[in-house]
Amino acid sequence: MSTTAVDFGNKRVVARVRRRPPFSLTLAASLLGAAVVLPVIYLAIRTFEAGSETLADILFRPRVAAIILRSFVLVAIVSAASAVLALALGWLIERTDLPFRRLWSIVTVLPLVIPSYIMAFLFISVFAPRGMVQRIFAEPFGIQEIPSFYGLPGAAIVLILVSYPYTLLTVRAALRGSGRALEEASRTLGKGPWETFFRVTLPQLRPAIASGSLLVALYTISDFGAVSLLRFETFTWAIYVQYTSYVDRTAAAALSIVLVGFAIVIFLATTRVHGEQAFEETHQAELGGADQSSTPLGRWKYPALALCSLTTFVALVIPMAVLLFWLIRGVSAGEELGIVWGAAINSAVVSGSAATVAVVAALPVVVLAVRYPGFFSSAIDRVSHMGFALPGLVIALALVFFGSRLVPALYQTHAMLVFAYLVLFLPVAMGPLRSSLLQVNPRVEEAGRTLGKRPLQVFSTITIPLLRPGILAGGALVFLTAMKELPATLLLSPLDFGNLATRVWAASSEAFFAQAALPALLLVVISAIPMMFLIGRRRTAQA
Amino acid sequence: MFRLLIGLIGVLLLIAAVGCQGRPDPTATSAPTSVPEPTTAPRVASAQGPGELVVYSGRSESLVGPIIEQFADATGIDVSVKYGSTSEIAATILEEGANSPADIFFAQDPGGLAAVESMFATLPNDVLSHVPANFRSPDGKWIGLSGRARVIVYNTDRVSPGDLPSDLRGFTDPEWEGRIGWPPTNGSFQAMVTAMRVIWGETETRAWLEGIQANNPQTYPKNTPTVAAAGAGEIDVGFVNHYYLYRFLAEEGEGFAARNAHLTGGGPGAMILVAGAGVLDGADNSENAIKFIEFMLSTVAQQYFAGSTYEYPLIEGVNVNRLLTPLADINAPEVDMADLGDLEGTLDLLRDTGVLP
Repeated sequence: MSTTAVDFGNKRVVARVRRRPPFSLTLAASLLGAAVVLPVIYLAIRTFEAGSETLADILFRPRVAAIILRSFVLVAIVSAASAVLALALGWLIERTDLPFRRLWSIVTVLPLVIPSYIMAFLFISVFAPRGMVQRIFAEPFGIQEIPSFYGLPGAAIVLILVSYPYTLLTVRAALRGSGRALEEASRTLGKGPWETFFRVTLPQLRPAIASGSLLVALYTISDFGAVSLLRFETFTWAIYVQYTSYVDRTAAAALSIVLVGFAIVIFLATTRVHGEQAFEETHQAELGGADQSSTPLGRWKYPALALCSLTTFVALVIPMAVLLFWLIRGVSAGEELGIVWGAAINSAVVSGSAATVAVVAALPVVVLAVRYPGFFSSAIDRVSHMGFALPGLVIALALVFFGSRLVPALYQTHAMLVFAYLVLFLPVAMGPLRSSLLQVNPRVEEAGRTLGKRPLQVFSTITIPLLRPGILAGGALVFLTAMKELPATLLLSPLDFGNLATRVWAASSEAFFAQAALPALLLVVISAIPMMFLIGRRRTAQA
Repeated sequence: MFRLLIGLIGVLLLIAAVGCQGRPDPTATSAPTSVPEPTTAPRVASAQGPGELVVYSGRSESLVGPIIEQFADATGIDVSVKYGSTSEIAATILEEGANSPADIFFAQDPGGLAAVESMFATLPNDVLSHVPANFRSPDGKWIGLSGRARVIVYNTDRVSPGDLPSDLRGFTDPEWEGRIGWPPTNGSFQAMVTAMRVIWGETETRAWLEGIQANNPQTYPKNTPTVAAAGAGEIDVGFVNHYYLYRFLAEEGEGFAARNAHLTGGGPGAMILVAGAGVLDGADNSENAIKFIEFMLSTVAQQYFAGSTYEYPLIEGVNVNRLLTPLADINAPEVDMADLGDLEGTLDLLRDTGVLP
């Protein structure tokens, strides 16, 4: 297996050889492309209903330019900070002898399942100028108001906390997939752990950081819950304002089209990094099976533990503690709590289906994009990301429009809901898959071909097992994202359908805090269970 | 450490289980026998049973779920509900168009109903006559089912009711600089601005919006966070609907540091708005939809709204919740719902003054 390191230099050549993709692959990817392009078609229909004058009027409203700038600033801050945090946590969990790694591997991912509007509301009740922190810690010292949490700082912090797991899981999948031969070689050559990290590990992780950051960036531009509560007016906020004002579906569509352009810019910026495709290596760790030695942290163990604890404390313990407080306060005041078991089962079933379907569907798109780069494959790749870049409500309404007209028999069924999740979350599954596939040496696949295997056989017996870390991470991310999804769940689910996310929303929007707390806590707790199997760090094999 | 996690999960599941047992059976308390069959309800030929009804509700399940359940129990109708926010549901009905599975749209505010008005059937006169003319659509397309008052929610530590101006115009005074919170994207707020344009005229409404803007108001996305902010003392006053406060008092107890005030001088800031419903034109179950409206205007349902959601009943003979100021004591302006149709003009004004993007 060490041969991969030897002929490292030739691999780019291998990757660049142009081949025609198998027909089945093109067909599968095209069908998906057709599905995910639906929202964009819908937006085009709605936008062109308006005359060009109205359109210009909408797009050149005085505040639009400022809002675009603000959105860019927020996206840049959230993606960069998430990348740094994810890189540190990912490396500690996958590569070192950090204590309690199995625990950290699960709890550091769970903040993703907390809906952003809930996270924002909880943070406001704790950190707002006159929130709990001020009342408990500052008031006794005569401090009447603590610095404002509203605006950019609050929005950025909350969005980092709910979205860094996208980069974290993508990076972790890449770390699991890549062998340590290069890192060990670097150490053998006398380089220290820091130099090895920055000169060997980090460059290897660039495609994963880019894939994860793309998801974080798209999540950030499409978020409404956090930015509206924390009063940072972004583009998606402006789009929602059009919908809440009832009459302006055209303005909402026109602004959404701008958001599509916005997303393409972000996409191009991050895929430039993918394009280099420089580091492909066989999965030594996976093929070898055994877990290899970990970097000893030594006295760095304590700062490392502090980082993990602090992240978990802020992103998970604080929100859960406030929820628990709501619950206890409500129950002791005689509040009735609704039944949530049915809702919990609904959440688990639809999110589990979404994760499975999204990962299966992402495979052909990713294989086509990575192995057969070209105009067609990159077009499908790009379109696939639109569902995640646009506000959930826009996607939901697009599918309401097509679903109720074209497939009335399927409209408002579980199948329709899972299809909506597919359109929304396809890129979430693609991120970790892409960075995993970039690590699989095409030569391994070609070896399979020369031994007389058919392409599909090679794919299922060689590529898929090598992609395992990416498949599990992608599935986990889609599961967590689907657990909290709201607009599509409300509008496209079967009648009388309720899950944990809709329960949390229904109760919290009318200030039934105790009733909201129970399903919100269950959202986190129930999500922890599949995470143990999907991404829990396996116990280190005893030497 | 890992066991700790398992332990935590166990504790939460236990709480969930206890929570389930704590829920009373809604049918046990509602005593369905006492539900009057509305006398004016058209009798459906009972050969094919009570039939079905698809409700699209822009009102939260937490508020209207129990009363919809009572309706189903009382009539035997197989009721299915889709919940969402009023604006999302309105947009959904518009996108579905003629294919909409909905029979009836139960909305949070008149703006949501007006948005889909063209898709509503005209309601029968005997149904419309249940509520006063100013609480229903002028064309008989929709009808109010419960009332809510526009109020000033104020922080009790920082403001005493005596400090409040007698009408909304007083809040443009520089003494309110940095002390005001409002939710300008909220439907009820926008309806209030429309009423302002009707009562005060365009020029004065524009001047008022600019005056409040000059006082740097805090902007909230909805009523709930506005009331929460008033309770926390983040703002001194907020322009909201009245009933959110009572939810906070129920959750946090009397210590919640905010209360409502009705503006003594009346005007748009003291107006009464309605939540209501309309029946979709060509609905499969329009007779059951009419039954739904009749039920919601029955004494039982109106008592539910007064008692459980802290709203104002719209029919005679139902007592207002004792926590609320009776309607007769509110100096509400005379505004016809017919005059509140020009939401577009209000939105233009809100954009022009930079309140909305």
